[in-house]
Formats: sequence, C-alpha cells, structure tokens
Amino acid sequence: MTRTIPLVVFAVLVVFFGVGLLLDPSKVPSPLIDKPAPAFTLPQLHDASATISNSDMRGKVWLFNVWASWCVACRQEHPLLVDLARRNIVPIVGLNYKDERAAAIRWLQDLGDPYTVSGHDIEGRVGMDYGVYGVPETYVIDKQGFIRYKQIGPISPDVLKNDILPLVERLQKT
Amino acid sequence: MNRSVVSDAGSGLVFSSRAALWMGIVLGLCLLVTGRHGLAGEAEPLIADPVIEARMAALSEELRCLVCQGQSIAGSDSDFAKDVRREMRTMMENGRSDAEVVEFLVQRYGDFILFRPPVKGATLLLWLGPFILLAIAVAVLVISLRRRGRRAAAVTLSSEELHRAESLLKEKDDRKDS
Repeated sequence: MTRTIPLVVFAVLVVFFGVGLLLDPSKVPSPLIDKPAPAFTLPQLHDASATISNSDMRGKVWLFNVWASWCVACRQEHPLLVDLARRNIVPIVGLNYKDERAAAIRWLQDLGDPYTVSGHDIEGRVGMDYGVYGVPETYVIDKQGFIRYKQIGPISPDVLKNDILPLVERLQKT
Repeated sequence: MNRSVVSDAGSGLVFSSRAALWMGIVLGLCLLVTGRHGLAGEAEPLIADPVIEARMAALSEELRCLVCQGQSIAGSDSDFAKDVRREMRTMMENGRSDAEVVEFLVQRYGDFILFRPPVKGATLLLWLGPFILLAIAVAVLVISLRRRGRRAAAVTLSSEELHRAESLLKEKDDRKDS
C-alpha cells in the first residue's frame, strides 16, 4: 500500500505533464465560439464606395477569412482557399487586415481571388472585435450569424477536410 | 580642425577632404534630426494625460500579449500589443473604467489575456490546488509521524535482548574511555 502511493502520485503527474506538453499554448480558445459574430460594416477592398457587412450574409453559412498581403502564412494557405472557392461549397468573405489597398489587390491578382468579397480593415478595428491576434484566422459562421468554429493560423488540408467542411455541411442542413 | 587634417595629410589629401566632407554631412544630419525632434515633441502622447498614462501603465502590466506570451501588453513591442494599447487608451480617454476596458478585452481574447485568471468554476482547481496539495502533505506527515510513534512505543524487549543491548552500550562506553 505505502509503496504504491508514490507510484500513483508519479502516474498522476505524468498524465498532467503529458497533457500540458501536448497542448499548443499559441492556440488560445476563442471566447467568441457559439456567440453572435460581432457586427461590422467595412468598405469593400475592390470598391471603396461599396460596403460589406456581416448582416449581408444572414441566412448563409459562410467562412470569414482574415488575410493580408504582408502575411507569409496566408500565402501558404491561399491555394487551398482558391481551390475551395472553385468547388462552390461555401462563400468565403475576406477580411483584409491592416493592409494597403493596392498591395492587397495586387496580391489577389497574382495568387487568385477566392473571396466573394473582401472588407478593407485598415486599422484592424474589426479584427480586434473578432479577437484576431495572428493572421490568418478563419471563422465558420452559421445562418443565424453565430460563430461556430475558429481556425488560428493557416488552414491545413487536413483541418479543412476533417473539421471545417463536415461542420459547414452540418450547418447548411439546419 | 578639418583644415589642419587636410593640410597635414599631404598624399592623403583627397581621401581626407572627402572624409571630412562626409563627417560634416553626418554631423549636420544628426543636428538636423535631433533639432527636429526637439521642435516636434514626439513624446507628447505620453505626457498628454498623466492620470491615463498611470492607469495604462498599471493595467497593461496585468495583461498578457497573446502573440509573445511571456510578455505583458506593457512590455511588448508587437503590433498586437500596440493595437491593444491604442484601444485601451482610446477607451480611457472616453471615460471608461479599468473594469470596462478589461471586460472589452476579455470578450474578445478570453480570460487568457489576464495574467491573473478570475476565480470561477473552470479555474477553481488552479486557485485551490496549492492549498489542497498542502493539506494532503500535512495529513500524510501527521499520519506517518503518529504511526511511527505508535510503532516505537509498541516495541517490547525480552530480557535477553535487554541484556545484549546493555552490553553493547557498555562496550561503546569502554571504547570511548580508552
């Protein structure tokens, strides 16, 4: 009995440390999950006189992707988004975050434009409302305008196939 | 001074005069830059409102920079921290309280932005854990001490054993005396 106690304590510690080591501290759980997406109205990237608002997307399941031409990881993620847009499964709205308009437009010309529309958030205020702290980030927003998922960092093909697309499909059915 | 260098240099004349020219330009630029700084007063935002700056300094030490997680919002030079500081300052200038500023940030970034997590269901173990561990340690200590005391009291020696112990003690004393 007395010999097994240290062993039990050790086993408990191993479990705790193991879980701690497997967690990624750079992925902070968003408090916005299952909450209404923060309201915004922004000038469109390609046409500053027109606006894009989250209420424009009511009734649709949509992806909200935060990107910038200065963001290296966005470049890595981009072909995946272009491919996804081509498949016409779910509309992708872009949030062009703290970027220069001309540089952003050139970036899309060079790499392809997967976005139905991009909002131009030059000061990053909308980004702050969405708790953006590392670009790219992607939100899945349902028909009622609730955030259901947040991807921090680039979307991997794995995450897209196993997490995001099944969720989108499920949300589209409701 | 420049002229003396030039005239003494002899064969190095061309090089020296060019060096002197460059030195002059650099010095002139330095003066220009520092002079402009003095006139422009670039540090003004910091002393605009000492009360707000004091609140900023205190509060931003309590907040974690999510990009550079070891650092506070006050200590970080990342764009994220700058944005948060700008937002905090704007809110304070608009008369919002510290609690409102913290609430605004927690709504967006979660409790993780606080270095001191609030006491609630999910963090109860975090707050009480050390005390629970201390209580367990004290309990184990008390129990094992009592058990040891009981075991020591329970030992009874037969006369033979007593005799042997005495002779051993005597032997030791003898050795000490010699």
